[in-house]
Amino acid sequence: MSPASRGFHRRRQDPAENAGRVPPGQYLTKDFPVLSAGPTPHTVLDQWTFSIGRRGQQKTWSWAEFRALPTQDVTVDIHCVTKWSKLDTAWQGVSVDTLLDLAGHDGPYAMAHCDGGYTTNVPVADLTGGKAWVAYAYAGQPLAPEHGGPARLLVPHLYFWKSAKWVRSLELRDTNDPGFWENYGYHIYGDPWREQRYAGD
Amino acid sequence: MAGTALRRRLTWQVAKVSAVIVETSSVRTLTLDVPDWPGHQAGQHLDIRLTDEDGYVAERSYSIASAPGEPLAITVERLDDGEVSPYLTDELRTGDDLELRGPIGGYFVWEPENGGPLLLLAGGSGIVPLRSILRHRERTGSTVPVRLLYSSRTLNDVIYRAEFDQPASGVEVIYTLTRSQPPDWSGYARRADAALLAEVAWPATAMPLAYVCGPTSFVEAVSQALVQSGYPPERVKTERFGATGGT
Repeated sequence: MSPASRGFHRRRQDPAENAGRVPPGQYLTKDFPVLSAGPTPHTVLDQWTFSIGRRGQQKTWSWAEFRALPTQDVTVDIHCVTKWSKLDTAWQGVSVDTLLDLAGHDGPYAMAHCDGGYTTNVPVADLTGGKAWVAYAYAGQPLAPEHGGPARLLVPHLYFWKSAKWVRSLELRDTNDPGFWENYGYHIYGDPWREQRYAGD
Repeated sequence: MAGTALRRRLTWQVAKVSAVIVETSSVRTLTLDVPDWPGHQAGQHLDIRLTDEDGYVAERSYSIASAPGEPLAITVERLDDGEVSPYLTDELRTGDDLELRGPIGGYFVWEPENGGPLLLLAGGSGIVPLRSILRHRERTGSTVPVRLLYSSRTLNDVIYRAEFDQPASGVEVIYTLTRSQPPDWSGYARRADAALLAEVAWPATAMPLAYVCGPTSFVEAVSQALVQSGYPPERVKTERFGATGGT
């Protein structure tokens, strides 16, 4: 245990019903903070596509085709590496299981590619089995551009930088290559319950 | 947006507070003595960890205010409903220990070889990492031209004012005060938007490099306006205050 900080007293007391839902080092917020490394892209829907698969042999959907796929409503807790967590966030999206099944591709690792050039790496095992979605709606509304709209990846069991905003493709790879923040020293996997914020955690 | 590999384990260290500087009524700069600070780049941040008597831990991130090579300093604004910032601004004293680790981040950084001209846009305490960049420019002898647009609520909320009132050669500091202004105020008195940027920003044809830091609403408005005026998105680096969102 760390030495006590002289004169520091806890000010936040999370309600008892939230016990066990806030990972170490996190605090609860009711806001929905926005964190991005550059300007918010604004991609028009008739130019938007989503692709999944190995490089050069990807299955691609237009926005209309994507929105015709079976959807799921999910309510999940999210945890940002900048220390905030938000409980019971409600999303609509297409399960990555559905997308991979339709594409007929498989591979051990995925690299998410996004408008604006952002990338992040996630093992495929963390995107399948009902654990991840390509989400296009939040709290019953189309996903706002600053929160990643038209669509973002949603992988709520990992730190939220893995839930890539403005996602346009999931590229399947044999190697677990670091994405954008992972290259800048953030953890290659990012499990909030093991507090894997930075490389080596 | 290719990155440079910075893969080093970040261990917690105990720093000693060597000075507390009152910047405004709600803002303090803490100078920190860290025996094993690995060095940082201008624009990076660090994590602070506080522990109470029961072992309860609170962690937050703060931008580094000092330039590389200077004594490490962070500048903290008190958020009245916060848990960590009131401790740092009101309780912490010279000689106290403070646990930290860093540096963190490697995208929102500037080195002289990145060039310019530089457009620095700050909303409120978003000035902190930009101040590190300005000091780094001066200390390295860089002559890259800089325009800093700094939006504050009132003149009393301007952080580092003494420093910015005497800017280094090649640095223009432009204030805008959004809530109230002194009677003799000759600076801007409106929110930073496309019209204001059209007056103060480098034209896109100058191939400027922009760093924008502040509350989400400020960063969204300003970065959007820059892109619409022709700045390539990859030349606009942003850092948003997540935790206070929706302002």
